[in-house]
Amino acid sequence: MRFGIVVFPGTWSDRDCAHAVQLAGAEPVPLWHADRDLKGSDVVVLPGGFAYGDYLRTGAIARFAPVMEAVREHARSGGLVWGICNGFQILCEAGLLPGALLRNSSLQFRCQPTWLRVETTATPFLADCTPGQTLRVPISHGEGRFFADAPTLAQLNDQGRVALRYSEKDGRLSPDANPNGSLQNIAGILNEGGNVLGMMPHPERACEELLGSTDGLQLFNSVIRRLAARAG
Amino acid sequence: MVSLKPVVNDPQGLVVTEALHSLGYPEVGATRVGKFISLDLEEADPETARRRVDEMCRRLLCNGVIEDYRFELRPARSEP
Repeated sequence: MRFGIVVFPGTWSDRDCAHAVQLAGAEPVPLWHADRDLKGSDVVVLPGGFAYGDYLRTGAIARFAPVMEAVREHARSGGLVWGICNGFQILCEAGLLPGALLRNSSLQFRCQPTWLRVETTATPFLADCTPGQTLRVPISHGEGRFFADAPTLAQLNDQGRVALRYSEKDGRLSPDANPNGSLQNIAGILNEGGNVLGMMPHPERACEELLGSTDGLQLFNSVIRRLAARAG
Repeated sequence: MVSLKPVVNDPQGLVVTEALHSLGYPEVGATRVGKFISLDLEEADPETARRRVDEMCRRLLCNGVIEDYRFELRPARSEP
């Protein structure tokens, strides 16, 4: 099972992602932003960081990187694409996911643990979870305030494409649980096929007891199990 | 000029408004913080320039999900 992990100039969570992939028992495959093929990756991860310095807007330049054409094709043919933090921002800029990520309403960079409520399990990324379950996963971003216009938000909700929301430990949604001012506490969304997930929190940093949570591993394990089942 | 759409909350603008109020400018209402981008073009035909810049705005300089843009063209100083 190969997890392609894309490195843009300025990406910094690629090694954490590779470590998490190994902990989950799969093989990380480093991909460079100038690569034009995905080297046999089953899943493509766009990790956190500040691709191309996040100049102009987060992800605005990265979306034009050569590797993104292959990522787009992978997504189009039903392959799994997982954007985490900066990766989520890039997927939105690339039009692979709707909406945009704006400056946190606090205007502060927030690096803290959060609780995430699982909103759907109808995607390989969350198949091992139970709906309504909460996960302890940290965030680390200055621009994570999810925004989409009202029709797009309604569509995301109607189609069950909100994957994760910031919540209290017991799953209650509250303004206090929302670390960045995201609309409707949205922390992660899916494309229509459920094969592209963008999320601001960092599951790769919640894979070891030493770091305070292993809840992030559930996502890596879900992906691996689903892909193994698909490969038959 | 690239600015956030009116429907998008602008926390920077709110902070700037508060700061101006505390400096003694109570007449300031809403403040919006945007971006100013200046481009030097080598293009003699204003219509072509206008069309190309508009395309640049849509493709890269502005994210239509959250931002609006407007621009103006000015002739460069002619070479001596």
